[in-house]
Amino acid sequence: MKISEKIYKNTFMVVAFSSLVFLTGIVLVLFIEGLPAFSVTGVLSFIFGKSWYPTSTPPEFGIMPLISASFVVSVGAMLFAIPIGIGSALYIHEIAGEKQKMFLKPIIELLGAIPSIIFGFFGMVIVAPLVQKLFNLSTGQCAFTGALILGVMAIPVVCSIAEDALSVVPRSFREASFALGANRWQTLWKVIIPAAGSGISTAIVLGISRVMGETMTVLLVTGGAAQIPNSIFSPVRPMTSTIAAEMGEAAVGGTHFHALFAIGLVLFVITLILNMIAEYIGRKYRLKLGLDV
Amino acid sequence: MDNNLKETVRVKADNINFFYGSKKALNGINMDIYANKVTALIGPSGCGKSTFLRLINRMNDLVTSSRVEGQLLLDNKNIFDKDVDVVELRRKVGMVFQKPNPFPKSIYENMAYGLEIKGVKDKKFTDEKVFESLKKAALWDEIKDRLNDSALRLSGGQQQRLCIARCLVVEPEVILFDEPCASLDPISTRKIEELIIELKQFYTIIIVTHNMQQAARVSDYTAFMYLGDLIEFGPTEKLFTVPKDKRTEEYLTGKFG
Repeated sequence: MKISEKIYKNTFMVVAFSSLVFLTGIVLVLFIEGLPAFSVTGVLSFIFGKSWYPTSTPPEFGIMPLISASFVVSVGAMLFAIPIGIGSALYIHEIAGEKQKMFLKPIIELLGAIPSIIFGFFGMVIVAPLVQKLFNLSTGQCAFTGALILGVMAIPVVCSIAEDALSVVPRSFREASFALGANRWQTLWKVIIPAAGSGISTAIVLGISRVMGETMTVLLVTGGAAQIPNSIFSPVRPMTSTIAAEMGEAAVGGTHFHALFAIGLVLFVITLILNMIAEYIGRKYRLKLGLDV
Repeated sequence: MDNNLKETVRVKADNINFFYGSKKALNGINMDIYANKVTALIGPSGCGKSTFLRLINRMNDLVTSSRVEGQLLLDNKNIFDKDVDVVELRRKVGMVFQKPNPFPKSIYENMAYGLEIKGVKDKKFTDEKVFESLKKAALWDEIKDRLNDSALRLSGGQQQRLCIARCLVVEPEVILFDEPCASLDPISTRKIEELIIELKQFYTIIIVTHNMQQAARVSDYTAFMYLGDLIEFGPTEKLFTVPKDKRTEEYLTGKFG
């Protein structure tokens, strides 16, 4: 092999494997810094504990309030993002003309390019007071507002990927369906959407990941109360914003510090499981349709 | 075979012009297509044969900025009339495409699709139609044990016969074949050709093909098209042995193509 070829090959190999190094490094640090927290409180009482009082004496490290906050906010966000994201993808793909499509898709993708901090203060300054007034609450900074803003943030992800999935469905399926006497809607519902199904589910999962991992926005708009929410209008404190808010004040090497890493670890495991489930469903689905032969 | 008088005209093209935008693709086509016969459309690429074929089930409706003039009569009714239901028309005029295009669904679901979209709920009736059509398309014996497998797992030739069977389910009168063997091996091609000849007792068949031997093997009538014109139309045997037009002869002998 020529020397230049060797250089090319090795350079690209290093580049390709760098992600693996980063991933391993991050996971290792999460475990090393997170596990000590479990040895103090025990895994189960850490995850299922109902009180998060890291700075009182004695401190309490139960993250159920944080997990349930993340859960409520994420589910709420997806309730906005899935119908609107997929609905817009269907509109762009199926109904909009060439001109509208050329204008709409970049606009929606541009929405995804707005930094999350901007969504955050927009939510805090404009949306939260509006929600407060509208629903007559003591504060507008609550799970609902968080879900609303995060939902809007997830729309571009869901829409863009779902639209890509729809547009790679071969034209020939559409023609076959029309030739058998189907109308546009039957073709869409019975042929195109099922054929794009695994791509659409990817869009949903990536939307969920975006929402679960989002920090800045939720920190600013969800109110920050570390308690298990009793309604969607309760102020909450999701896992990510807890880490962001408290990392600065936790003593390095102390239990609180380790507990925050442990939260990160739990978050990582949750998103990992979500991704694995999605991958599994997607693969089964493609296999059933015979798209993976 | 040259006794036109006894044969019924099922499809009649009456001075058809067709435009893609400002580009004229068909120039005043007049053609009679007989019931229960196979009519082949041959000619070099871009001659308009596929365009003409796709008019008969109005597939060209899907092409934006296209325009058609003239009349195309199916059983004496102009299919371009405003009161024609395209869905109804497409049930009457089935189509098989160049590349096999089964849906990414099971074999059974592919077969039942035409009835499903028609709103047929009767499972027994659907079963009957599906099985009957698979038998008609000579596919039943090969796949009867795996109706729930994905259709995409079939071989290319089987997929194409499935597509033929799929369009039989809705009981068409006319079947359009758009180069149905273009992507198939010789053995699969032969099976499809045998099937086409078998099917003409029930249906009126129009086939576009690049392959002159195929036209000679399967068709009763052949139309030679060139640059959007219908150059010559006649019984296949005559057109191939004593072509009237010099261009037909040149095309058949391979002087251009």
